[in-house]
Amino acid sequence: MSTNAVENAAPAAAAEDATPSGTPARTGLLIIGASQSGVQLAVSLRALGFDEHITLLGDEDHRPYQRPALSKEFLQGTVESESLIFRSNEYWDEHNVDLVKGEYIVRIDREADGSGVAHSSSGKQFPFKRLALTVGARARKLEIEGGDLDGVLYLRNADDALALKARVGDAHDVVVIGGGFIGLEAASSLQKMGKNVTVLEFGPRLVGRAVGEETAEYFLQAHRSRGLDIRLSTSAARFRADDGGAAVSGVELQDGTVLPAQIVLIGIGVIPNTQLAEQLGLTVDNGIVVDRFALASDGTTVAIGDCANMPNPVPGSAPGERIRLESVNNAIEHAKVAAYSLTGRREEYAGIPWFWSNQADLKLQIAGLCNGYDQTVLRRDEERGKFSVLYYRQGQVIAADCVNAPLDFMAVKNALAKGQNIPAEAAADPATPLKTITTDS
Amino acid sequence: MPTVHFTDAEGAVRDVQGNSGDSVMETAVRNGVPGIVAECGGSLSCATCHVFVRDDCLAQLPPMEDMEDEMLYGTAVDREDNSRLSCQLRLTDGLELFVTTPETQV
Repeated sequence: MSTNAVENAAPAAAAEDATPSGTPARTGLLIIGASQSGVQLAVSLRALGFDEHITLLGDEDHRPYQRPALSKEFLQGTVESESLIFRSNEYWDEHNVDLVKGEYIVRIDREADGSGVAHSSSGKQFPFKRLALTVGARARKLEIEGGDLDGVLYLRNADDALALKARVGDAHDVVVIGGGFIGLEAASSLQKMGKNVTVLEFGPRLVGRAVGEETAEYFLQAHRSRGLDIRLSTSAARFRADDGGAAVSGVELQDGTVLPAQIVLIGIGVIPNTQLAEQLGLTVDNGIVVDRFALASDGTTVAIGDCANMPNPVPGSAPGERIRLESVNNAIEHAKVAAYSLTGRREEYAGIPWFWSNQADLKLQIAGLCNGYDQTVLRRDEERGKFSVLYYRQGQVIAADCVNAPLDFMAVKNALAKGQNIPAEAAADPATPLKTITTDS
Repeated sequence: MPTVHFTDAEGAVRDVQGNSGDSVMETAVRNGVPGIVAECGGSLSCATCHVFVRDDCLAQLPPMEDMEDEMLYGTAVDREDNSRLSCQLRLTDGLELFVTTPETQV
């Protein structure tokens, strides 16, 4: 990180009121969370001409990086850590953004005008004019006996991934707890790396509510046929260590079975980080509650990305319907809305959420949100390994899960964005390109 | 050092030096070239790093795989014969690449 970004800045954009005490000068906007949404907010603000000094602060000792690869390419060693970095140091310097690493904010004092001072656990102070919370979410912990043994790991950030990588070489058996996206991505990666992997899923099917039944079943069969041991409706009772040692050696199931494991990787969801919002007196309910303009209940703080509970951005959603989305696409689009709000414009958040998950050679792309569907259409091309499910509500397509079928994904994503439909009857023939049967609805 | 010359839809040119092994997309994003979005970070999931490659540069590039080919049918600005996804284009020593970014990626 450059320490002299402020001195190098153009005079009009420099932070003000420099103090000699080691406290940094007051920044125009303090972004807490050097995350995908935090990075995008800073980038979007500069694109919109926001000329005040920006401080992008994170609690990790890394430059802001992309998370999705941690369970896949980074874990498998097919990309280097440097290529996960969002922006070069020069970019931040040139754009008058001060990057602060390794500072964990524990308290924020606010003035009536919205300005304030953030205090870090190391005792540093960060005065600001305006505040953005891009604080993300943290891994939900599995609180069972043995949960603090060495080798019981989570996968949320780069240090988690490094800890996992450091242990992989010596491990033969891995138990992954949680059959969601993170668990299945990591399980696929570890299997590819030659580990004996077992996945335990508490629920009766994989991936919970993020996909429909057909997709969950498809993934179950596909992973099992690739040799992954997946056990549904199964949970761990405790983690065991041999001879009272400090390192995990096995997972004991509810029925007493013990699976050997030198690594246990837990991926059972995340909890939005709302501590600072609560301390500020902001409304919190499964995330920081924000309006369509990404503004929290005080009307001045913006909160975006995984940590924010917002009105459903899908056009036509029921009034008052709220949602919290954990995705790269949401982090980016929500940041753009917040950037408008911070520059005095009002742009409602509206868009079609999309998601992806790469597991072994299965490339899942999801367009839209499938909740509330009353009909599905399956498109399956066994020969070419393609599989799509389209979801309908009252005859209107609302979402699709597509595996190794980017044409279907793109067709649905584009149709939803334009408010078009793909009639269900015609969509059922996998030989018909969806793009050719899209209609204005 | 490999160099990529990015021309935007208005004709403004930006020359960026990159590192061998990095993709054209990474080189663009890290340096804030505005015409490349790259939401998915290079995992061939989003088709928002679309570029048009100058015809005389096409032969220096790796051949297109099926997934890239299919994703290119979903780009915001329609594909042309010289379309590629820049996340799939790796820089090599001495490469001098000329690309144009589309008017929009989303």
